[in-house]
Amino acid sequence: MQLTPRAKPVDRSPMTFLESLYLWNIIKGMGITIKHMFLKKATIQYPEEKRPFSPVFRGLHVLNRDAEGRENCTACGLCAVACPAEAITMEAAERLPGEEKLYREEKYAAKYEINMLRCIFCGFCEEACPKDAVYLSQTFAPANYARNGFIYGKHELLIPHPIEQPEAYQKALGDRQPSSQNVNQPIA
Amino acid sequence: MVIGAVTLWFILEKVILIASIIGLSFFIAMYTTLAERKVAGWMQDRHGPNRAGPFGIFQPLADGGKLFFKEEITPIASNWFLFLLGPALAMIVALVTSTVIPWGAPVITATGTIPLQVADVDMGILIVFSVVSIGVYGIMIGGWASNNKFSLLAAIRAASQMVSYELPMSLALIAVLFMTGSLKMSEIVSYQMANGWNIVFQPLGFLIFFICALAECNRTPFDLPEAENELNFGYHQEYSSMKLGFYLFAEYINMFVSSAVMATLFLGGYDIPFVNEASWGLAPWLYSLISFGVLMAKVSFLLFVFIWIRWTIPRFRYDQLMNLGWRKLIPLALFNMILSAAILLWLKS
Repeated sequence: MQLTPRAKPVDRSPMTFLESLYLWNIIKGMGITIKHMFLKKATIQYPEEKRPFSPVFRGLHVLNRDAEGRENCTACGLCAVACPAEAITMEAAERLPGEEKLYREEKYAAKYEINMLRCIFCGFCEEACPKDAVYLSQTFAPANYARNGFIYGKHELLIPHPIEQPEAYQKALGDRQPSSQNVNQPIA
Repeated sequence: MVIGAVTLWFILEKVILIASIIGLSFFIAMYTTLAERKVAGWMQDRHGPNRAGPFGIFQPLADGGKLFFKEEITPIASNWFLFLLGPALAMIVALVTSTVIPWGAPVITATGTIPLQVADVDMGILIVFSVVSIGVYGIMIGGWASNNKFSLLAAIRAASQMVSYELPMSLALIAVLFMTGSLKMSEIVSYQMANGWNIVFQPLGFLIFFICALAECNRTPFDLPEAENELNFGYHQEYSSMKLGFYLFAEYINMFVSSAVMATLFLGGYDIPFVNEASWGLAPWLYSLISFGVLMAKVSFLLFVFIWIRWTIPRFRYDQLMNLGWRKLIPLALFNMILSAAILLWLKS
């Protein structure tokens, strides 16, 4: 009974003397190995050569600023509510007179922390954010010796200032820019 | 004190030659380990080691350094003297074999001829064989002194393998000696320079000799003595640090020396193929240098084939190994010997 169309009959006839010396088959095998010496290598030489991420890759979070370098986040807490892993904590504070260049709206996040060990990089925070203040970049969290090192605060998350450090800003922005640019426009 | 001066010069010449041959053996063995890993990588579509220095050329130094700094463990129930003697014997035997190989054409100077050979004795090739036989003791003693049943079993396996494959090897050699009519290595080379390489007249003999050389060096497909994965690492299971390094290193030196022996016996030694180098009128030292380079090229090719075979063929089972040695190779070698003798007699009459 044939179970599959790919079944091949096995030749079980005893080997002849020449076959039992294995010579011809060894030479054939050596032909295969020498051919592979000149084939393309499968290795990616990691630190010098990196594999590109998929365009939908979700990596480390970035806290965004607008074009004038003001923080977008208003500490509304929607990201923390949306977060299934409960990785986000924040503390709100009120903008004082003279801080208009630092924060875009009257309320801002005095403390904003994401625990990268809890985070599952689902991107729900990015979807929940009404101000395009948080989005996921294309890098991943580097290794660390201490668990504390994986709790990222504003210092690690905030994007570089677009006017003071334009190059670092563009680099941090990456290919994955906030979806709607109109939010970044200053409110009249 | 003319005799004294000559003797002193003679001793100095030999000491320099011995030192450079030992240095060369170590150097080649070092880089054979790198070549092995590189070729293995290429044949498996990888790059091989390429981090230590450009193209990984410092990798052997890193490997050696690692072995030196490893903890040295001597099993408490072992015989410490024999435990030490095993790897030492393996290394000494591997190095001694290279004494009778002519490494290049003799250098002719104003004061005389300097042969690039430590000892050109009349029984040349027999010395190689007798010393290689002593190599079994290195394995046997090491395996027995470890006081571990796995080591002992592996050592017995290795010893029986080496003894079995010496037989067809010697039989293949006899056919060569029929033709050259001398055991002297230098005369075997000069015979081939005059009459063509032995491999042309003894292809079967070369094949048998090569297969046996693989078995004698414990190389795949005959590397049962040191099967890391399924046979519990073989006779050097209890060894660590540089004692293990000596065993592994001796294997590579054996590979190098057996390649040199095969090149000398079958591939014309330091003979440059297809040309009559005597008609070039080169300076003697330059000619010696070129002939040495030619021998090294042949040795490198044979070493590459050793490595190539290792990364192509899986290991034989023990019964297959014995079957091949006793029931295939010995009859073939005998047939080859008798055929060569008959043809030689027919040609001479």
